[in-house]
Amino acid sequence: MQWETVIGLEIHAQLTTQSKIFSGSSTTFGAEPNTQASAVDLAMPGTLPVPNEEAFRKAIMFGLAIDADINKRSVFDRKNYFYPDLPKGYQTTQLDHPIVGAGHVEIQLKDGSKKSIRIHHAHLEEDAGKSLHEDFHGMSGIDLNRAGTPLIEIVTEPDMNTAEEAVAFAKKLHGLVSSIGICDGEMSQGSLRFDVNISIRPVGEEKLGTRTETKNLNSFRFMEKAIAHEVERQIELIEDGGEVKQETRLYDGEKDISRSMRSKEEANDYRYFPCPDLLPVVFDDDYIEAIRKTLPELPDVRQARFIEQLGLSEYDAGILSAENTMAIFFEATAKTCNDAKLAANWIMGELSARLNSEDKSISGIELKAEQLGTLISRIKDGTVSSSGAKKVFDALWSGEDNNVDKIIDAKGLKQVSDTGALEAIVDEVLAGMTDQIEQYKAADDKKRKKLMGGFMGPLMKASKGQGNPKLFNQILAKKLNN
Amino acid sequence: MSIQREDVEKIARLAKLQVNEEQLETVANELSNILGLVDQLQAVNTDDIEPMAHPTDAVQTLRADQVTETDNREAFQKIAPATENGLYLVPKVIE
Amino acid sequence: MHNKTVAELSKGLAAGEFSSVELTQHFLTRIAEQDTKINSFITVCEDDALTEAKAADEKISAGNATPWTGVPFAHKDIFCTQGVKTSCGSKMLDNFIPPYDATVTSNFKQQGAVCLGKTNMDEFAMGSSNESSYYGRVTNPWGENLVPGGSSGGSAAAVAARLTPAATATDTGGSIRQPSSLCGVTGLKPTYGRVSRYGMIAFASSLDQGGPIARTAEDAAMMLNVMASYDKRDSTCIEREVPDYTATLNKSIEGLNIGLPKEFFSDQLDAKMQQQVQNAINELEKLGANIKEISLPHTELSVPAYYIIAPAECSANLSRFDGVRYGHRCDNPKDLEDLYMRSRTEGFGEEVKRRIMVGAYALSAGFYDAYYRKAQQVRRLIKNDFTNAFENVDLIVGPTTPSPAFGFNSKGDDPTAMYLEDIFTISTNLAGLPGMSIPGGMVDGLPVGLQLIGNYFDEARLLNVSHQFQQATDWHNKAPKNCL
Repeated sequence: MQWETVIGLEIHAQLTTQSKIFSGSSTTFGAEPNTQASAVDLAMPGTLPVPNEEAFRKAIMFGLAIDADINKRSVFDRKNYFYPDLPKGYQTTQLDHPIVGAGHVEIQLKDGSKKSIRIHHAHLEEDAGKSLHEDFHGMSGIDLNRAGTPLIEIVTEPDMNTAEEAVAFAKKLHGLVSSIGICDGEMSQGSLRFDVNISIRPVGEEKLGTRTETKNLNSFRFMEKAIAHEVERQIELIEDGGEVKQETRLYDGEKDISRSMRSKEEANDYRYFPCPDLLPVVFDDDYIEAIRKTLPELPDVRQARFIEQLGLSEYDAGILSAENTMAIFFEATAKTCNDAKLAANWIMGELSARLNSEDKSISGIELKAEQLGTLISRIKDGTVSSSGAKKVFDALWSGEDNNVDKIIDAKGLKQVSDTGALEAIVDEVLAGMTDQIEQYKAADDKKRKKLMGGFMGPLMKASKGQGNPKLFNQILAKKLNN
Repeated sequence: MSIQREDVEKIARLAKLQVNEEQLETVANELSNILGLVDQLQAVNTDDIEPMAHPTDAVQTLRADQVTETDNREAFQKIAPATENGLYLVPKVIE
Repeated sequence: MHNKTVAELSKGLAAGEFSSVELTQHFLTRIAEQDTKINSFITVCEDDALTEAKAADEKISAGNATPWTGVPFAHKDIFCTQGVKTSCGSKMLDNFIPPYDATVTSNFKQQGAVCLGKTNMDEFAMGSSNESSYYGRVTNPWGENLVPGGSSGGSAAAVAARLTPAATATDTGGSIRQPSSLCGVTGLKPTYGRVSRYGMIAFASSLDQGGPIARTAEDAAMMLNVMASYDKRDSTCIEREVPDYTATLNKSIEGLNIGLPKEFFSDQLDAKMQQQVQNAINELEKLGANIKEISLPHTELSVPAYYIIAPAECSANLSRFDGVRYGHRCDNPKDLEDLYMRSRTEGFGEEVKRRIMVGAYALSAGFYDAYYRKAQQVRRLIKNDFTNAFENVDLIVGPTTPSPAFGFNSKGDDPTAMYLEDIFTISTNLAGLPGMSIPGGMVDGLPVGLQLIGNYFDEARLLNVSHQFQQATDWHNKAPKNCL
């Protein structure tokens, strides 16, 4: 039996507003428990919500960035259920009249193909608090600092069919929300959370199979694994004669296992109805157009510009344009050294490797774009060799110094590239190596290549390590091959 | 509209209210009476009538994005049933 | 002193005839002596009131007084009062001492008024007889076996018994007007959005409104001057200038067009009541008003519509009472489900639980369209009835209640029998219009109210007409035995 996987994503993005969506409490991450929970956030009797304009502005920005309809009249609804992290006993969300309507996001896969993923809608809602599962003599502790943080929930159509597509979409979305400045994208802090809806069906079947939801995947790696795991589970289940149950599951990325979520077993009747404490939110065209003007360059537009103006390949341009901070860093580097391709190589190569291994993001490093650009210029003009450059890079990275030329001097990495001076050194060294010269002249091509190396050592020593090895090679070859 | 015992059990569960075995019958009857009253609504034609969620046609005034609340944890937790280290305590929450 | 109106007390204080401390002590003593019979107060704030009175006296001597400085009054126990127990008539909030004030509360504090205490009420404002309070029922000062009405039974009874010159109250389906009618006092439910709901514990968000209960229209106007304000913390509060409601009390009502809804004069109305109301209407005619018959065809549907919408909203509004952050919590909960179940079941009374369940049912899957959505559609029909009526008349007048005060436990086991008490008042809440009840006559020695319904934000006119009526008649001066 050939199976097709059908995947849809629900993404919760915390909006980077100063205050919460319905109260004037701060949204800063990491505060002491319940120090950012006002009477409204605690659902004290008689308290009432007042919506934050910035939350709407950011939601509208998102809608414009995905080419969606903006609902000029949106309404808040109450979603009723009991949970300790939900103080009012209902979540204020948007059901029938969300702020953002249908839109789409383009993704690009490794083989270069493109696909359009439809967004069903995006709506505003409030985040819940947190349960701490440390044991307080058999009790759980509830922190409501997060309760009321504005979220935008983005719901896709089930347009993805592979884990690769889902991850590509997730990464694209991550880049988009951080690029337009509505979400900081810190998945480890829970700023951006992905829930994956997965079902399978026989190839050719139009009807969708029963789907399961896997919640709160906070890394792309786990998302990929979780999808593979769930697809396998469903296939096995069906092929063994069973049925997929509609349920919510939790995936453990370390152990590669999943289980059904206990609390969601009984289907909850959420009894949605329009929130009577809030009035309909209305915007006019002028307001929306004014927001459109404040949108920064979108990743797709930037990618096209990198290809056209800077001559990058589609793949490279895609990687470098996805994230705002990365894109800005790249452009500044390229501008400084006037070589987009070299800048791209360094950033996608050495820089990215370090970011990954040290688990840092580009906004958290010492190295500045102008410094990297200067370094690349010094490589290009031969001031420093490739190996020397790596040492300079290390110093910049660690913050040891921030001036490229000073580092080159201090570490004695300056290459001599003056051909005249180098020729003189070659002549001098060769004068003392007549035996090796004879050996070289008597050897065949293959052996000559090997013997060349024997001259490099003395040459580098004579030049105190500062001779430009490439030029030495050229001069040496010229002199030896006569 | 007649409410049965099972309906009462389901609703009570959703609303987190306990209704004893002995009370189920009574509550079912009381709710049936109320909903019987409400069935009069069905006789009215409301095609094309927009539901009215608010008495006025006013629209929402939005709030500027400013932090206006300060830490008032002490005052709030003074009236709380169970707290520790600034957290509200509840019986263990199992996911 | 306790027979003086707020207006008279205010002038008396300004003139130095007595001090606020004297005045306050007078009422506190009366409450201590007489409230055991009536049970109109849940909390009496002796120390705080005297402290406030002292501060008020200082302000008065310094010449910094407002009309309300030093005048005693009471708050229905639904308005959060910082540092003072606010129970909403429920065991669920028996231990609740809010660390914040309702906007209405701070409005009065800013004026330097003196809060005598918190008045009794039907639990969570659900009821028409004040028999459901955790703190025991309230007795109507007009008869020891009679209900005062509800849910603001405590406020109405306290004012009628002259235990306080005035009291704040709330009205969701008639809870200011109906007890005012049964207790022979003057009560006003303002236009929805006129008075801030912040800190006023919510029952049905789209229907609740805070308003005054006093003995005269003038006093009610003075109260509304303080209660009404634009509050950004309440999204449903309308930004609109608050006029001085006392400034237009004396306008002539010559030529005013008054409508009498024929549906309010059906056979549901007690014949003697009908006579009293007719007499009152005749008085208005004598004052120059033109009386016309109008129709509010969907009046009958207002009760069913209300008994879906209000419970639905309250079922969600009361979900926050879960034993976690404040209020009643059961002992030794064994798990989360047990915490919720027992805290809520122990904390709420029968009527509250009933309405929560009705509300949850009306909103549940499969029933939303037939119940909730349908009720909201009927609500618009009811509002349209009024809009149409107000094209032809300036004011609508009729009875407030179908009969005078009834006996305790007289409505039997069917909860819907009590609900029909609200037949004349509920449509006003559904439409969001302002409504008033003033003493309009007597039936068998018991007061009956005359109801006035105005167009949106027309409180000044309601108060004006009421004041004119009270200049020409004497019903509002009648007091229950032994209360003068």
